[in-house]
Amino acid sequence: MSRAALRRIWGLIYRHIALYRTSWPRVLELAYWPTLQLCIWGFTASYFATRLGNHGATAFGLLVGGVLLWEVALRSQMGMTVSFLEEIWSRNLGHVFVSPLRPWELVAALIGTSIVKLVIGFIPAVLLAWLLYAFNLFAMGWPLALFAAHLLVMGWWVSLGIISIILRHGAGAESFAWLLLFGLTPFSAVFYPVSVLPPAVRPVAFALPSSHVFEGMRAVLHDGRVAWDQMAWAAGLNLFWLFAAVLLFMRQFHMARVRGALISIGE
Amino acid sequence: MAGLRPSPWRDAGGALIPVAMDAIRVSALSKRYGDTLAVGGIDFTVPQGVTVGLLGGNGAGKTTTIALLLGLLVPTTGSIRVLGHDIARDRFAALARMNFSSPYVALPQRLTVRENLSVYGHLYDVPDAERRIAQLAEELAFTDLLRRKAGQLSAGQKTRVALAKALINRPELLLLDEPTASLDPDTADFMRCVLEKYRAESGCTILLASHNMAEVERLCGFVLMLKRGRIVDRGTPQDLLRRYGRDDLEAVFLDIARNRGVAEAVR
Repeated sequence: MSRAALRRIWGLIYRHIALYRTSWPRVLELAYWPTLQLCIWGFTASYFATRLGNHGATAFGLLVGGVLLWEVALRSQMGMTVSFLEEIWSRNLGHVFVSPLRPWELVAALIGTSIVKLVIGFIPAVLLAWLLYAFNLFAMGWPLALFAAHLLVMGWWVSLGIISIILRHGAGAESFAWLLLFGLTPFSAVFYPVSVLPPAVRPVAFALPSSHVFEGMRAVLHDGRVAWDQMAWAAGLNLFWLFAAVLLFMRQFHMARVRGALISIGE
Repeated sequence: MAGLRPSPWRDAGGALIPVAMDAIRVSALSKRYGDTLAVGGIDFTVPQGVTVGLLGGNGAGKTTTIALLLGLLVPTTGSIRVLGHDIARDRFAALARMNFSSPYVALPQRLTVRENLSVYGHLYDVPDAERRIAQLAEELAFTDLLRRKAGQLSAGQKTRVALAKALINRPELLLLDEPTASLDPDTADFMRCVLEKYRAESGCTILLASHNMAEVERLCGFVLMLKRGRIVDRGTPQDLLRRYGRDDLEAVFLDIARNRGVAEAVR
């Protein structure tokens, strides 16, 4: 990667850092949902833990761990998609696309921005889990990094898919930024194993890297072992979907140039 | 001078301009959206160092032509070479050497003027960007606005900052879409002075789409008249005035807009 490419990527990341450092409502929103989710599910899990004894303690760990890890995917996806939407909302997209910024550099910059936003939004929730429930997410050890990495990547390819939809259908499709990944929650086995799902919808769950990540998390918390087969499935599926999302994005970006959507993207 | 060729190109004062090569070469360029023909098979060349006016009524194809030159649109037919680069294959190399300004494309409102220009300093890989920003702020008389948010600027101030963004990479080709629209006469005159100075010092080529005929007469050495996506006439402002028997370009514009051909207008 050339120095000029790195500078262009940093330029767009800097644009979003500059936006957030002077906008406390935006920063608050980054931390708001992870913290709220943690409170709701954390108190619910605490209640069951006191009623169910040892089994309750395990259920507590599974629920709170699930909430925190699923937030990695949600924040990764929303951080990336909303950064793209910020360019549309500020009517700046025309300037960005006539600069020498390549499409892949745009994607790299959006990924970089999503990581910054994830860190800002995620740290308060992790600290709160530790303060309120003495739940140490990092007690999972190094497999945690693997789970988080898979969910981070899943957030990116889902976001690329949503950006492709926005390029195709305009900013009127922006609600997908808040809907799509949240809608995959039931199939991602975040709070329950895939076996709980009706047989007819299990293939949907198995096609998502997230279900394998959470099955893997349960193996660590329940049995204290790393389920390598689940990790391999998650990695393979992430690669497949990432490749498909990149192809879709490149196709829709080209079609947006054919249709003139880059200069008129709006409602 | 080796490499120069005789040409009809004149500066705004009417003096012949020796030209080395074409900054823009457009052949059989068309753009169609379904049944609508936005640009219909136009050919033109713009030599380096010349300011060319793109005139035409609303919907004549001026903005579409500029978007095609910037690579924001994929042409239906034809080819475009900008600064020696084929836009279909090598647009990013051309984009690094050119820039664009339009009052219809905004800069992020919540970023300060300095932050906005820093972003574009990175995107265009401008060496010593901070010094360049200070220099432009001084030339365009907005040093006192550098720490102000773009959203807090008046229309005239925003236009000056947008022009600074367009000049940040010392472009060899500047595409301007109605650069003085909605400006008061004093600010508009200031902008024209800046453009004249920059062209004289840098030898930059300027393609200017405008509805302001006085501006075109003052800045442009050559004019392309567009109507319904086609070039219906072309020449120096003096040639057009002589040919249509008019005293100003506005009258020529009206003759063309109201379907009065050269012969009818002269009669």
